[in-house]
Amino acid sequence: MAEKPRLKLPSEAKKGDVIQIKTLIPHIMESGQRKDKEGKVIPRKIINTFVCEFNGKPVFTANLEPAIAANPYIQFSAKVDESGTFKFSWKDDDGTVTTAESKITVA
Amino acid sequence: MRQLTRRQAVVLGASGVVVALAGWNGEVLADTKAAAEEIAKFTGGKTAEKGKIAIELPEIAENGNTVPLSITVDAPMTAEDHVSEVLVLADGNPRPGVARLQFTPLSGKAEAAVRIRLATTQNIIVVAKTSKGALFTEQKLVKVTIGGCGG
Repeated sequence: MAEKPRLKLPSEAKKGDVIQIKTLIPHIMESGQRKDKEGKVIPRKIINTFVCEFNGKPVFTANLEPAIAANPYIQFSAKVDESGTFKFSWKDDDGTVTTAESKITVA
Repeated sequence: MRQLTRRQAVVLGASGVVVALAGWNGEVLADTKAAAEEIAKFTGGKTAEKGKIAIELPEIAENGNTVPLSITVDAPMTAEDHVSEVLVLADGNPRPGVARLQFTPLSGKAEAAVRIRLATTQNIIVVAKTSKGALFTEQKLVKVTIGGCGG
Protein backbone atom coordinates (compact mmCIF):
# COMPACT_ATOMS: atom_id res chain seq x y z
CA MET A 1 0.00 0.00 0.00
CA ALA A 2 1.29 3.36 -0.97
CA GLU A 3 2.27 5.79 1.76
CA LYS A 4 0.84 9.26 2.10
CA PRO A 5 2.02 11.74 -0.54
CA ARG A 6 3.54 15.05 0.49
CA LEU A 7 2.37 18.38 -0.95
CA LYS A 8 3.83 21.85 -0.79
CA LEU A 9 1.83 24.75 -2.19
CA PRO A 10 0.40 28.00 -0.88
CA SER A 11 -3.10 28.11 0.63
CA GLU A 12 -3.62 31.74 -0.40
CA ALA A 13 -2.82 33.63 -3.58
CA LYS A 14 -3.76 36.69 -5.58
CA LYS A 15 -5.91 36.36 -8.68
CA GLY A 16 -3.78 35.58 -11.70
CA ASP A 17 -0.76 34.43 -9.69
CA VAL A 18 1.35 31.58 -10.98
CA ILE A 19 2.08 29.40 -7.97
CA GLN A 20 4.63 26.63 -7.60
CA ILE A 21 3.48 23.18 -6.53
CA LYS A 22 5.82 20.52 -5.17
CA THR A 23 4.73 16.93 -4.70
CA LEU A 24 6.45 13.78 -3.51
CA ILE A 25 5.08 10.28 -3.07
CA PRO A 26 7.04 7.50 -1.35
CA HIS A 27 7.37 4.71 -3.91
CA ILE A 28 10.05 2.18 -4.86
CA MET A 29 9.76 2.87 -8.64
CA GLU A 30 11.05 -0.64 -9.45
CA SER A 31 12.44 -0.24 -12.95
CA GLY A 32 11.93 -3.75 -14.31
CA GLN A 33 15.61 -3.76 -15.30
CA ARG A 34 17.04 -5.07 -12.06
CA LYS A 35 17.63 -8.74 -11.29
CA ASP A 36 17.34 -10.53 -7.97
CA LYS A 37 19.94 -12.92 -6.49
CA GLU A 38 18.72 -15.83 -8.65
CA GLY A 39 19.13 -13.71 -11.77
CA LYS A 40 15.40 -13.31 -12.32
CA VAL A 41 14.17 -9.92 -13.46
CA ILE A 42 12.27 -8.09 -10.71
CA PRO A 43 8.96 -7.07 -12.31
CA ARG A 44 8.39 -3.41 -13.04
CA LYS A 45 6.31 -1.47 -10.51
CA ILE A 46 6.24 2.27 -10.90
CA ILE A 47 3.94 5.25 -10.64
CA ASN A 48 3.13 5.62 -14.33
CA THR A 49 0.84 8.66 -14.29
CA PHE A 50 0.54 11.78 -12.19
CA VAL A 51 -2.41 14.14 -12.70
CA CYS A 52 -3.17 17.54 -11.19
CA GLU A 53 -6.61 19.12 -11.62
CA PHE A 54 -7.97 22.41 -10.36
CA ASN A 55 -11.75 22.61 -9.86
CA GLY A 56 -12.07 19.64 -12.19
CA LYS A 57 -9.99 21.15 -14.99
CA PRO A 58 -6.64 19.62 -15.99
CA VAL A 59 -3.55 21.60 -14.95
CA PHE A 60 -0.65 19.23 -15.44
CA THR A 61 -0.17 15.57 -16.30
CA ALA A 62 3.03 13.56 -16.25
CA ASN A 63 3.46 10.13 -17.81
CA LEU A 64 6.43 8.62 -16.04
CA GLU A 65 8.90 5.96 -17.16
CA PRO A 66 11.20 3.76 -15.05
CA ALA A 67 13.90 6.43 -15.51
CA ILE A 68 12.17 8.50 -12.81
CA ALA A 69 13.99 8.13 -9.49
CA ALA A 70 12.44 6.38 -6.47
CA ASN A 71 10.04 8.47 -4.37
CA PRO A 72 9.03 10.55 -7.41
CA TYR A 73 9.28 14.26 -6.79
CA ILE A 74 7.35 16.41 -9.23
CA GLN A 75 7.40 20.18 -9.26
CA PHE A 76 5.30 22.32 -11.61
CA SER A 77 3.28 25.53 -11.77
CA ALA A 78 -0.37 26.52 -11.81
CA LYS A 79 -2.15 29.77 -12.61
CA VAL A 80 -4.96 30.55 -10.17
CA ASP A 81 -7.83 32.85 -11.13
CA GLU A 82 -10.36 31.68 -8.53
CA SER A 83 -10.56 29.93 -5.17
CA GLY A 84 -10.86 26.20 -5.34
CA THR A 85 -9.36 22.78 -4.81
CA PHE A 86 -6.35 21.14 -6.35
CA LYS A 87 -6.72 17.40 -6.79
CA PHE A 88 -3.67 15.22 -7.25
CA SER A 89 -3.54 11.58 -8.22
CA TRP A 90 -0.76 9.04 -8.65
CA LYS A 91 -1.44 5.86 -10.59
CA ASP A 92 0.56 2.73 -9.84
CA ASP A 93 1.34 -0.02 -12.40
CA ASP A 94 -0.84 -2.36 -10.28
CA GLY A 95 -3.84 -0.08 -10.79
CA THR A 96 -3.85 1.52 -7.34
CA VAL A 97 -4.57 5.23 -7.40
CA THR A 98 -3.45 7.45 -4.52
CA THR A 99 -5.11 10.85 -4.26
CA ALA A 100 -4.60 14.05 -2.33
CA GLU A 101 -6.29 17.46 -2.20
CA SER A 102 -5.35 20.98 -1.28
CA LYS A 103 -7.56 24.07 -1.04
CA ILE A 104 -6.54 27.55 -2.08
CA THR A 105 -8.20 30.90 -1.39
CA VAL A 106 -7.73 33.45 -4.13
CA ALA A 107 -8.32 37.10 -3.29
CA MET B 1 52.97 -22.77 -28.82
CA ARG B 2 55.07 -20.42 -30.95
CA GLN B 3 56.44 -17.57 -28.99
CA LEU B 4 55.23 -14.10 -29.97
CA THR B 5 57.74 -11.60 -31.19
CA ARG B 6 57.56 -8.16 -29.67
CA ARG B 7 56.03 -6.73 -32.85
CA GLN B 8 53.27 -9.35 -32.99
CA ALA B 9 52.42 -8.72 -29.38
CA VAL B 10 52.00 -4.99 -30.06
CA VAL B 11 49.75 -5.65 -33.07
CA LEU B 12 47.60 -8.08 -31.12
CA GLY B 13 47.17 -5.62 -28.27
CA ALA B 14 46.16 -2.83 -30.62
CA SER B 15 43.58 -4.94 -32.46
CA GLY B 16 42.07 -5.88 -29.11
CA VAL B 17 41.54 -2.21 -28.34
CA VAL B 18 39.94 -1.62 -31.75
CA VAL B 19 37.50 -4.49 -31.23
CA ALA B 20 36.56 -3.20 -27.78
CA LEU B 21 35.96 0.31 -29.12
CA ALA B 22 33.83 -0.95 -31.99
CA GLY B 23 31.66 -2.91 -29.59
CA TRP B 24 31.17 0.11 -27.35
CA ASN B 25 30.26 2.37 -30.26
CA GLY B 26 27.70 -0.08 -31.55
CA GLU B 27 25.92 -0.09 -28.23
CA VAL B 28 25.78 3.69 -27.97
CA LEU B 29 24.46 3.98 -31.52
CA ALA B 30 21.68 1.50 -30.79
CA ASP B 31 20.48 3.58 -27.85
CA THR B 32 20.60 6.81 -29.82
CA LYS B 33 18.51 5.11 -32.49
CA ALA B 34 15.85 4.16 -29.93
CA ALA B 35 15.76 7.78 -28.76
CA ALA B 36 15.46 9.00 -32.37
CA GLU B 37 12.50 6.66 -32.89
CA GLU B 38 10.77 8.06 -29.81
CA ILE B 39 11.32 11.60 -31.08
CA ALA B 40 9.97 10.72 -34.54
CA LYS B 41 6.84 9.24 -32.92
CA PHE B 42 6.36 12.40 -30.88
CA THR B 43 6.92 14.89 -33.70
CA GLY B 44 5.23 12.82 -36.39
CA GLY B 45 8.44 12.94 -38.40
CA LYS B 46 8.67 16.74 -38.47
CA THR B 47 11.87 18.52 -37.56
CA ALA B 48 11.90 20.37 -34.26
CA GLU B 49 13.53 23.79 -34.11
CA LYS B 50 16.36 24.24 -31.63
CA GLY B 51 15.74 26.66 -28.77
CA LYS B 52 13.07 28.05 -26.40
CA ILE B 53 13.84 25.28 -23.89
CA ALA B 54 16.05 25.62 -20.83
CA ILE B 55 17.33 22.39 -19.28
CA GLU B 56 18.78 22.55 -15.80
CA LEU B 57 20.96 19.61 -14.85
CA PRO B 58 24.12 19.17 -12.85
CA GLU B 59 27.16 19.10 -15.13
CA ILE B 60 28.44 16.07 -13.25
CA ALA B 61 25.99 13.78 -11.48
CA GLU B 62 27.84 11.81 -8.83
CA ASN B 63 24.93 9.48 -8.18
CA GLY B 64 22.93 8.38 -11.22
CA ASN B 65 20.15 7.09 -8.97
CA THR B 66 18.69 10.51 -8.47
CA VAL B 67 19.63 13.42 -10.69
CA PRO B 68 17.65 16.67 -10.41
CA LEU B 69 16.28 17.82 -13.77
CA SER B 70 14.36 21.00 -14.41
CA ILE B 71 12.81 22.03 -17.72
CA THR B 72 11.41 25.41 -18.69
CA VAL B 73 9.89 26.20 -22.07
CA ASP B 74 9.57 29.85 -23.02
CA ALA B 75 5.92 30.21 -24.10
CA PRO B 76 3.00 32.60 -23.50
CA MET B 77 0.73 29.81 -22.12
CA THR B 78 -2.49 31.43 -23.36
CA ALA B 79 -5.50 29.43 -24.51
CA GLU B 80 -4.51 30.01 -28.16
CA ASP B 81 -0.78 29.48 -27.85
CA HIS B 82 0.66 27.25 -25.15
CA VAL B 83 3.03 24.34 -24.74
CA SER B 84 0.83 21.27 -24.77
CA GLU B 85 3.31 18.43 -24.39
CA VAL B 86 6.95 17.88 -23.56
CA LEU B 87 8.89 14.69 -24.19
CA VAL B 88 11.97 13.95 -22.07
CA LEU B 89 14.49 11.36 -23.19
CA ALA B 90 17.82 10.06 -21.91
CA ASP B 91 19.66 8.58 -24.88
CA GLY B 92 22.10 6.44 -22.89
CA ASN B 93 19.65 4.62 -20.62
CA PRO B 94 18.56 1.01 -21.31
CA ARG B 95 15.25 2.58 -22.41
CA PRO B 96 15.38 6.19 -23.54
CA GLY B 97 11.97 7.30 -22.20
CA VAL B 98 11.98 9.46 -19.07
CA ALA B 99 8.66 11.28 -19.03
CA ARG B 100 5.94 12.97 -21.07
CA LEU B 101 4.58 16.14 -19.50
CA GLN B 102 1.26 17.65 -20.53
CA PHE B 103 0.56 21.31 -19.86
CA THR B 104 -2.57 23.45 -20.18
CA PRO B 105 -3.13 27.21 -20.02
CA LEU B 106 -3.91 26.61 -16.31
CA SER B 107 -0.28 25.56 -15.84
CA GLY B 108 0.66 29.23 -16.10
CA LYS B 109 4.24 28.35 -16.95
CA ALA B 110 5.58 25.46 -19.00
CA GLU B 111 8.03 24.37 -16.36
CA ALA B 112 8.51 21.22 -14.36
CA ALA B 113 11.15 19.50 -12.28
CA VAL B 114 11.68 15.82 -11.49
CA ARG B 115 14.49 13.57 -10.31
CA ILE B 116 15.72 11.02 -12.79
CA ARG B 117 17.87 7.89 -13.03
CA LEU B 118 20.81 7.83 -15.40
CA ALA B 119 22.76 4.69 -16.27
CA THR B 120 25.78 6.46 -17.69
CA THR B 121 27.11 9.72 -19.11
CA GLN B 122 24.63 10.76 -21.79
CA ASN B 123 22.44 13.43 -23.38
CA ILE B 124 19.10 14.55 -22.00
CA ILE B 125 16.88 15.41 -24.96
CA VAL B 126 13.75 17.52 -24.56
CA VAL B 127 11.17 18.05 -27.30
CA ALA B 128 8.25 20.45 -26.81
CA LYS B 129 5.04 20.68 -28.81
CA THR B 130 2.81 23.77 -28.74
CA SER B 131 -0.94 24.01 -29.24
CA LYS B 132 -0.21 25.63 -32.61
CA GLY B 133 1.86 22.63 -33.69
CA ALA B 134 5.29 24.25 -33.38
CA LEU B 135 8.11 21.97 -32.24
CA PHE B 136 11.18 22.87 -30.24
CA THR B 137 14.08 20.80 -29.00
CA GLU B 138 17.13 21.13 -26.82
CA GLN B 139 19.65 18.73 -25.37
CA LYS B 140 22.23 18.72 -22.63
CA LEU B 141 25.08 16.41 -21.76
CA VAL B 142 25.32 15.09 -18.23
CA LYS B 143 28.33 13.22 -16.88
CA VAL B 144 27.46 10.40 -14.52
CA THR B 145 30.00 9.05 -12.05
CA ILE B 146 27.99 6.11 -10.65
CA GLY B 147 25.20 4.71 -12.80
CA GLY B 148 21.70 4.44 -11.42
CA CYS B 149 20.30 1.35 -13.09
CA GLY B 150 22.43 -1.27 -11.38
CA GLY B 151 21.04 -4.51 -10.17
